[in-house]
Amino acid sequence: MKKRLTLAALAIVAAFTAPAAMAEGSAADGIAQYRAMLAEGNPSELWELAGEDIWKEKRGPKQASLEQCDLGKGPGVVKGASAALPRYFKDTGRVQDLESRLMSCMETLQGIAPENFVKGKWGKGEMEKMEQIVAYVVGQSRDMKVNVDMSAPQMKKMYALGKEAFFYRAGPMDFACATCHGQDDKRIRLQDLPNLTKHEGAAAGWGSWPAYRVSNGQFWTMQHRLNDCYRQQRFPEPIYGSDVTIALSVYMAKTANGGTVMTPGIKR
Amino acid sequence: MKKFLMIAPLALGMQFAVAGDDMHAEFKQMMDSSFKGNGIAEKHRLYQLDFQAACSTEKSPSPAMLKAIEAEQMKTIRWPSDGKYTGDWKSGEKIAISGRGLTWNDKADAANGGGCYNCHQMSHNEISYGTIGPSLLNYGKLRGNSSDMLKYTWGKIWNAKAYNACSNMPRNGDAEILTERQIKDVMAYLFDPESPVNKP
Ligand code: HEC
Ligand code: HEC
Repeated sequence: MKKRLTLAALAIVAAFTAPAAMAEGSAADGIAQYRAMLAEGNPSELWELAGEDIWKEKRGPKQASLEQCDLGKGPGVVKGASAALPRYFKDTGRVQDLESRLMSCMETLQGIAPENFVKGKWGKGEMEKMEQIVAYVVGQSRDMKVNVDMSAPQMKKMYALGKEAFFYRAGPMDFACATCHGQDDKRIRLQDLPNLTKHEGAAAGWGSWPAYRVSNGQFWTMQHRLNDCYRQQRFPEPIYGSDVTIALSVYMAKTANGGTVMTPGIKR
Repeated sequence: MKKFLMIAPLALGMQFAVAGDDMHAEFKQMMDSSFKGNGIAEKHRLYQLDFQAACSTEKSPSPAMLKAIEAEQMKTIRWPSDGKYTGDWKSGEKIAISGRGLTWNDKADAANGGGCYNCHQMSHNEISYGTIGPSLLNYGKLRGNSSDMLKYTWGKIWNAKAYNACSNMPRNGDAEILTERQIKDVMAYLFDPESPVNKP
């Protein structure tokens, strides 16, 4: 099993490093390439498998599993849950994305403190476990449709806040998300930039994260993706699970509604 | 004036029963509680300059507003202190290629890159270029090196907003991303006949 995955990962590296192909590649080629790679096996299977075990494991000061965690479809229901996130949760009184919801579940069910994540390091300690759980959960929505319920007024408000955040320019480079993701068919160096203000781009971008990143062999959650984009935007650092990250997620997910979930994705 | 700028565009887009003022206050509160300073990327970077606020809407501001911003930004341009517009194209190429600097991973005293290749095609040899900005291939060859052209290009690199208020291009000189010396080198990269920008 491990062997097969490693070979697949190598094939993927080869596909991504062929420079001429990338330079000429269109979005459509990208999708075809992505499907071909999936057929070879997606290395995030390893994270998914580990995540499923952790989901069922009794952990934390309260020695409980996450099997009673309600991701929006009722306690313990994982199938299709992430395709419908973010959503408004009555029990916390907040709109939550997958990761902030998992933080709540870990705190209330298992007694694992949010500080583990808010002050944590990517890929380390509890954060690594979070990433594995995320991989497992999003894998359970693969090939479904993005299906975010916008009927709650709290969701409408988060959408408006997220949209404003998306166009908010500041910092030494005057960048907003829209600088890099507001037009069709643009790229930075050779990296294609989806137009996240339109359905097609949002479906491609939102629909393929969290993802395995071939360039550094890491599994990145959506929170990590947003964190790194804000770094490139030269902003201060967004706090893990903070409202701006959730508002942006609502903005992107609503725009992506109806698109296909391709998570966990595979990225350069 | 500032208040007007920041609230009016929001009120227009509102589809539900929250007053524009409340919504804007909520937005500011959200931004304030969502970020923390990290290294050189301090929290005050969240606070907007007037033109950044004006350029933060989906729709472009009015033509009059754009003109006013451009006039304001034009005043920030510092022309080369010794009257010389160009330096060393080889060093300019390194600056154009490097996209480093100003993130929370960077150190305060490290030299920044211009990141020009993130957005522009420039030389005949480098295929890894972005497309957010127009191609600058053969820049000097196509445009010549009249003093007007040198001056325009210097000004554009120093503060792109002086010519296009809501440009996606950073203000390399005005925002102190690049030094005067570095801008001279990048200028040479664009104009020197020996530079790979102008010579295959
Ligand atoms: C300075 C440029 C820049 C800014 C500003 C920026 N991004 Fe990105 N973004 C990128 C690049 C480059 C990639 C692709 C990275 C890669 O391939 O490794 C990317 C990828 C993404 C993706 C995944 C798209 C995909 O198809 O894989 C999402 C979603 C995203 N960004 C959202 C945002 C949001 C939301 C913001 C604002 C908070 C933002 N970005 C700001 C450069 C930027
Ligand atoms: C984040 C994107 C971005 C970066 C980085 C960037 N530019 Fe630009 N640049 C643009 C865009 C977009 C335009 C066209 C719109 C405008 O004029 O503002 C432009 C226009 C220009 C022009 C004017 C072209 C003309 O036809 O008149 C010049 C010259 C230029 N850039 C040089 C540079 C140089 C040199 C650097 C690096 C030091 C650089 N740019 C970095 C986005 C960028």
